[in-house]
Amino acid sequence: MYNATIKSLSGDLAARKFSSVELVEYFLKRINELGKKYNCFITLDEEKSLAQARAADALHATGRAQPLTGVPIAQKDIFCAKGWLTTCGSKMLSNFISPYDACVVERLNAAGAVTIGKTNMDEFAMGSSNETSHFGPVKNPWDITTVPGGSSGGSAAAVAARLVPAATGTDTGGSIRQPAALTGISGLKPTYGVVSRYGMIAFASSLDQGGPMARTAEDLGLMLNVMAGFDERDSTSLKREAEDYTRDLAQPVAGLRIGLPKEFFAEGVAPDVAKAVEEAVAQYKKLGCEVVEVTLPNMALSVPVYYVLAPAEASSNLSRFDGVRYGYRAPEYADLIDMYKKTRAQGFGAEVKRRILIGTYVLSHGYYDAYYIQAQKLRRLIARDFTEAFRKCDIIMGPTSPTTAFRLGEKAGDPVQMYLSDIFTIAVNLAGLPGMSIPCGFDGKGLPVGLQIIGDYFSEARMLNVAHQYQLATDWHMRMPPGILGEG
Amino acid sequence: MKWEVVIGLETHAQLSTRSKIFSGAATAFGASPNAQACAVDIALPGVLPVLNRGAVERAIRFGLAVGARINRRSIFARKNYFYPDLPKGYQISQYEIPIIEGGGIDIVVDGGEKTVRLTRAHLEEDAGKSLHEDFHGATGIDLNRAGTPLLEIVTEPDMRSSAEAVAYAKALHALVRWIDICDGNMQEGSFRCDANVSVRPAGSDKLGTRAEIKNLNSFRFLERAIEFEVRRQIEVIEDGGAIVQETRLYDPDRDETRPMRSKEDAHDYRYFPDPDLLPLEVSERWIGEVRAAMPELPHARRERFVAQYALTPYDAAMLTGSREMADYFEQAAQGAAGTQTAKLCANWIVGSLSARLNESDLEIAASRVGPGALRGLVDRIADGTISGKIAKDVFDAMWAGEGDADQIIAAKGLRQISDSGEIEKIVDQVIAASPQQVADYRGGKQKAFNSLVGQAMKATRGKANPQQVNEILKRKLDG
Repeated sequence: MYNATIKSLSGDLAARKFSSVELVEYFLKRINELGKKYNCFITLDEEKSLAQARAADALHATGRAQPLTGVPIAQKDIFCAKGWLTTCGSKMLSNFISPYDACVVERLNAAGAVTIGKTNMDEFAMGSSNETSHFGPVKNPWDITTVPGGSSGGSAAAVAARLVPAATGTDTGGSIRQPAALTGISGLKPTYGVVSRYGMIAFASSLDQGGPMARTAEDLGLMLNVMAGFDERDSTSLKREAEDYTRDLAQPVAGLRIGLPKEFFAEGVAPDVAKAVEEAVAQYKKLGCEVVEVTLPNMALSVPVYYVLAPAEASSNLSRFDGVRYGYRAPEYADLIDMYKKTRAQGFGAEVKRRILIGTYVLSHGYYDAYYIQAQKLRRLIARDFTEAFRKCDIIMGPTSPTTAFRLGEKAGDPVQMYLSDIFTIAVNLAGLPGMSIPCGFDGKGLPVGLQIIGDYFSEARMLNVAHQYQLATDWHMRMPPGILGEG
Repeated sequence: MKWEVVIGLETHAQLSTRSKIFSGAATAFGASPNAQACAVDIALPGVLPVLNRGAVERAIRFGLAVGARINRRSIFARKNYFYPDLPKGYQISQYEIPIIEGGGIDIVVDGGEKTVRLTRAHLEEDAGKSLHEDFHGATGIDLNRAGTPLLEIVTEPDMRSSAEAVAYAKALHALVRWIDICDGNMQEGSFRCDANVSVRPAGSDKLGTRAEIKNLNSFRFLERAIEFEVRRQIEVIEDGGAIVQETRLYDPDRDETRPMRSKEDAHDYRYFPDPDLLPLEVSERWIGEVRAAMPELPHARRERFVAQYALTPYDAAMLTGSREMADYFEQAAQGAAGTQTAKLCANWIVGSLSARLNESDLEIAASRVGPGALRGLVDRIADGTISGKIAKDVFDAMWAGEGDADQIIAAKGLRQISDSGEIEKIVDQVIAASPQQVADYRGGKQKAFNSLVGQAMKATRGKANPQQVNEILKRKLDG
């Protein structure tokens, strides 16, 4: 049962082969046995989960179930969930119980999905290794001495370790795709504006986008069907017709033009990663796809551009964490200013402080034009590169991450090296495009490699189709990490 | 040396929307602390702003009323600073591209007309309030006001005296109420001014260093604060000092301004476009709809009153001081355009009615004498039933709720005596009883004539038609 997809669990629940309560109890047992080993959950609340499972069973009994009804999912702890501790991986919110549901939580609840817990993450989603969490690093189930990637590392590890069939994630510069790649699962970052950001704790508002993490493209589609849609509470949410993201899964991919940006295969990509990606492309050729070379000339600038814009927005977004109304407040202080200083000095971790400093600096008088304005101009150029590339191809492919999972602590002391691990994912956020990662092989050490698929705006259904056809022809996505069979 | 005063004003007008500018919480004044602060207002993690179109619509109305440019695309920015009553740690405001640019407001000072040019008007949210009393050394935060929509209206440095500044503030205050975008309640902080004040040698075209005086919430404070500040600056300069650019507060109890913070500790607000809000797009069509629903503006109505009702420019200006007063006048003067009746209506509204309203601290809409009733009174003056003097008594009785003009005239027997036979009889009695005054008059003393008229009026308890008394008396004495 642990390796079952949402698709099959959904069918079994509908056929009443088992109840949602049984299913949730089964996964809770697995989490209790294995969760600590990977440290992928921050909060569990069995009573709440089982209450939702009972309600789901009632829906099944009366024939009012939807595809996700009764299916356990995990919520990244960046999503506010009513009555749940919602920490965003930070000491600053280590006592914050949300009085309201994020749009994504609301929609998944309404679809009958069962929240099985809140997953660990890099503090305020700032990190690529899940080592910045106040609640300790998450371990990669494929090798617990390596990182699972970040910032949605808890969600990725939980899905990879088969502790839950699917989870939510958020992606500001690669935070869904990179951990998906490093843990051998599938993850999708939709077009900016497709999933409401309401109730998703903001890191960099113009880049943040929620999305699903699961084992198959088909499951991603089922999740996205529920998560996506216009929300009037988010002004950047796009008013579009609702769509069925699974509608094109079965379409053949013959004739598809795959663009391979030469910048994705340049120096710095680990040979094993390049090899696995090339083999995946070869597989697509076998399925009848054409391959064309494209170029994204400004891609090299995406990391510096991102590390101006994202911290700028973050420095302002995180100002509300001041100890005045909720969250952590320093126990002792002399006056108001001292309260601010001590609260924020004690409540935020080092990486968050680094980004607040960078962001404050680039927005400061005299530096704004040189950094922020300049970065915004380059952002437009980066987006234009993709528009040009999509004139020549239907979809873009390349590695999700230049390397497989690195060792815990390996890059923690070198922020620039850490930032460069997102070099292939960041440009997609800057352009607002949809991107995904699916497993496409392993390196010499048995660590998974992710294939990144980038589509044009609103082409999620097509991307899922492309991924699904690959998953029909390969079984990388069904491979399991060793040591996850804790139960008898 | 002769000094010239240079003043620019920044006014915060609270827009009269029912809900806040970026949330659905109510904006009503006086609720218990934090009863009107929703998740967005208290800036819970994850919440997002959604722009209230009603606030935008009011800004467009203002732009149309002052002949400004309405930007088809404007940008909301974040103004970043820490303060306990600023829940997000930034205020959402418009910075580089405001919704309204240009335009002007006409003022009249000492009979001279002048246009004060507007630089811009932009939308922004208000902050909450810090309460320093009743918390045993701690500070209470009330976020009811946080997120209230404001239109900040900024002038060019066009005013040259406190009188001009007050005239501008009053004209702006009347306008925002006229076009129904702000209730203008200054006690509740719905309309408050900051004044930028500087002085320079007369004839110079270089601006002096300015001080900004914050939060002047009455016209009197505005006037006093500017006057104090001008004296202070001139003294500093004449004593060989220099003005520092700073923010000052006016203390009404001591009638002086005091420094609040200087330029050195000015914040770096780190403005940048708010990524949670898309650029504000205002379509031609939307502007057209707002324009179609605009009331006739004060200036146009004033000119129409002069042309249509043959009023003096002064009366027309007084009557267009508020939309309610102008409406009252037009209801009273209905069907009487160009006649004496219309002028009488105007005189009564500007005179006795306004005085009574002032005394009773009532708005004209709540007047105890309505426009129809006032017209009833004016009609009796116009047709000679009562004199203007008696009419004052009738008006007082109407105000006291004793009935309409006709009822009061009948009940009190105030009908004017216009029967010349009757008046002649009375005049004869007066002449007979006052030989000395008659002799004085005939001896050339005009004053004696007035005394005789007075006696005749007194004998009829004011009811005699004074014009007739005049004529008859003159005929009898001169003839």
